[in-house]
Amino acid sequence: MPELPEVSIQKLSKQFDGVEVLRDVSLEVQRGEVVSILGSSGSGKSTLLRCVNWLEQPDGGEIRIAGDRIGVKADGKAMNNRDLAKVRSQLGMVFQSFNLWPHLNVLHNVTEALIHVKGMKKAEAETLADELLAKVGMAEKRSNYPYTLSGGQKQRVAIARALAMQPRVMLFDEPTSALDPELVGEVLAVIRDLSQEGYTMIIVTHEMEFARNVSDQVVFLEKGKIIEKSAPEEFFVHPKTERVRQFLELDEKV
Amino acid sequence: MTDWQILWAERGVFVDGFLNTLQLFGLGTVLGFLLGCLIVFGLEGAKAPLRIALRIFIDAMRLLPFLVLAYLFYYGLPSLGIRLSSWEAGVSALVLYHGAYFAEILRGARVTLPPGQVEAAVAQGFSMPRMFLRLILPQLVLKSRGVIGNQLIILLKDTAFLVIITVRELTAAANGLSGTYFIPMQAFIVVIGFYWIISIALEQAVNWMGRSGAKRGFKNA
Repeated sequence: MPELPEVSIQKLSKQFDGVEVLRDVSLEVQRGEVVSILGSSGSGKSTLLRCVNWLEQPDGGEIRIAGDRIGVKADGKAMNNRDLAKVRSQLGMVFQSFNLWPHLNVLHNVTEALIHVKGMKKAEAETLADELLAKVGMAEKRSNYPYTLSGGQKQRVAIARALAMQPRVMLFDEPTSALDPELVGEVLAVIRDLSQEGYTMIIVTHEMEFARNVSDQVVFLEKGKIIEKSAPEEFFVHPKTERVRQFLELDEKV
Repeated sequence: MTDWQILWAERGVFVDGFLNTLQLFGLGTVLGFLLGCLIVFGLEGAKAPLRIALRIFIDAMRLLPFLVLAYLFYYGLPSLGIRLSSWEAGVSALVLYHGAYFAEILRGARVTLPPGQVEAAVAQGFSMPRMFLRLILPQLVLKSRGVIGNQLIILLKDTAFLVIITVRELTAAANGLSGTYFIPMQAFIVVIGFYWIISIALEQAVNWMGRSGAKRGFKNA
């Protein structure tokens, strides 16, 4: 029997106030695969990612994480928060706006969920957190409070925080879109390292070069539909659709 | 004996009153703040009926002079068969009244909290109560620390109203002595001194919270 995909999205649809933002979206992500989701603003790519960990509830279709359905129980009823938290714990989420907790220092941002969700001992959690902070190059800032950090540093801490829960899949929602151009590189470098370590990742991004370099699959969303899904070389060199060709040309001109 | 000597001889009355005021203030602060937190937690993702009930409670308290509430509890409730001692009536009035204010203050801060703060917690698998206690509430307190300090001063001063429902607090002590010896000026000056002691201690606590907030980049006190 073939291995179950880490993430399986089937016929997903979602509306906001009657406006369709996702239409019949299906996507499978295998273990160790890096999938980039591209598309212009408002194409539904962030919504798609947020549906994966149920921050948005889709109106139709289903999502499975390593075979377990998220959001809906076997009997078709909505999952309670506890069961939802269990499935979510397999997913690490990194947000565009970092969302570090400002009242906690860097170390405690990373250990908070380890201690208070996973029930890990404080010392053990701090050892793990220190390892992860070293991995993202933030070990020296462990006692700093978030407001003293640059955007790039904040995002690297946010990545360490998400990694701490040892998720099966990492979700990145435009991780560099809120950053000054000179800070983008340090964050992308961390994500690239993770891809080399074999993490399964779904990345919503506007960074074309980056997507081309790290992805195994590139997905292009247009008005809530996947209009192209292919390997990066194929996607960037021989796009199948006129729309993607336009999109790539525009990017080159900038 | 001069007037001041009389007051010194009767210092036990002041000390008793002071200790009672401290207790009223302490109970009012702790229980009122707890009530405020519970209300804000109740407003968090609650179903409409509960949310509306809590809003009505907050607004009802805010529309009411504290003294009227104290009267109502002490003199009004017996007609419904509920007989509270002056102390019980005083403490409940303080807790409910200021609890509503604490709730309103924290709610105001909650509205300005970026939604991403909660999403990050949800994505990390936090349960609602734990997220509120560990990630939301500390931020609300740090954000609104200045207004909370203000409210505590008002709470302290409201304890003085309880003299009217015969609670033996500081103002009652001064009132009694000034009546017995007819030295209102001196008696009330002494009382002011005692209120200052508490206020100054309170200010220190608020300053400490201020430093704790500033260290974390919470600027708007």
